[in-house]
Amino acid sequence: MNTEFKEIENPILEGQPLECEAPNEQESTESFPQLMKYLIIGIIFGIIFVKAEIISWFRIQEMFRLQSFFMYGVIGSAVLVGLISVQLIKRFNIKTIGGEVIKIAPKQFRKGNVIGGFIFGLGWALTGACPGPLFAQIGSGFSVVLVTLISAVAGTWVYGKFENKLPK
Amino acid sequence: MEQLIEMIKQPWPWYIAGPLIGLTVPALLILGNKTFGISSSLRHICAACLPANIPFFKYNWKKETWNLMFVLGVFLGGVIATVFMSNPNTIVVAEATQNDLAALGITNYSSLMPVEIFNWQSLFTMKGLIFFVLGGFLVGFGTRYAGGCTSGHAIMGLSNLQWPSLVATIFFMLGGFAMTHLLLPALFSISGF
Repeated sequence: MNTEFKEIENPILEGQPLECEAPNEQESTESFPQLMKYLIIGIIFGIIFVKAEIISWFRIQEMFRLQSFFMYGVIGSAVLVGLISVQLIKRFNIKTIGGEVIKIAPKQFRKGNVIGGFIFGLGWALTGACPGPLFAQIGSGFSVVLVTLISAVAGTWVYGKFENKLPK
Repeated sequence: MEQLIEMIKQPWPWYIAGPLIGLTVPALLILGNKTFGISSSLRHICAACLPANIPFFKYNWKKETWNLMFVLGVFLGGVIATVFMSNPNTIVVAEATQNDLAALGITNYSSLMPVEIFNWQSLFTMKGLIFFVLGGFLVGFGTRYAGGCTSGHAIMGLSNLQWPSLVATIFFMLGGFAMTHLLLPALFSISGF
């Protein structure tokens, strides 16, 4: 346990604050059986992705060619429901099932939002997938997308390697 | 009952899928104080498998195991939906898109993905290099540089009214438009279509 905590202290000591963009803010740790709930949410999510054909390369092409409302409807209604939920959580100070105060870290602006965002957009139109659908595409039988996933992991690694040399 | 099964097998409309995806945001927050974001899983895979002493990958990734469980679930969900709930019909794609894609050489709608591109035979050809290797790299590099993907910025960030997420989302779309309208014709032609 101790060595693990040292690992997260190191970057802070070096003046590089740890920033995980989808952080786990929960204070209590979770055992493996408790982690199963995230697996179940993931399964539901994967089923929706396939059943609504969001993982389809064709749907992404329709979207970027402005020839179908479908993906705009999906993303728009998802944001609307998410927005209302977050506002309700804040307004009524809703706690987690473990009784903790819910924390949502603000997103800091950096040049990467623009440059990285544009680069991701290029890849989105090529692969027909954002990171989530990549996993569902593999699950739905397009095993060759495993190569895309490995390449995406490589892209993340290369970003991590040169992070300090890129415009912030 | 049979009608229900028939309904489930049909493609689900956006007004069912979108709100369900939106509910992932409060579900993760309430179940365990987790902020929705899928591209982070790629970073955790790097941190777990090949940290290589790079500061960006030196953090307690085990605390983020939930994120890896989530994407494993997305994979399994893909399997379940395809094996048990599969739509027997071919995918319905807007006619205008079909015309545009026909000009590029894509005409097969038998599957959710164009089988002309997404098959193992393409792997060691220009097709594979462009659509899998380059495409995947851009997704992995771009999302991390942007600090998130469609889930972390477009859905979670916008739900929390974060303006940097709006900027990121706009540039996701601009990148997609640029690829589709400016680069794709050339990339299709050099990959042998």
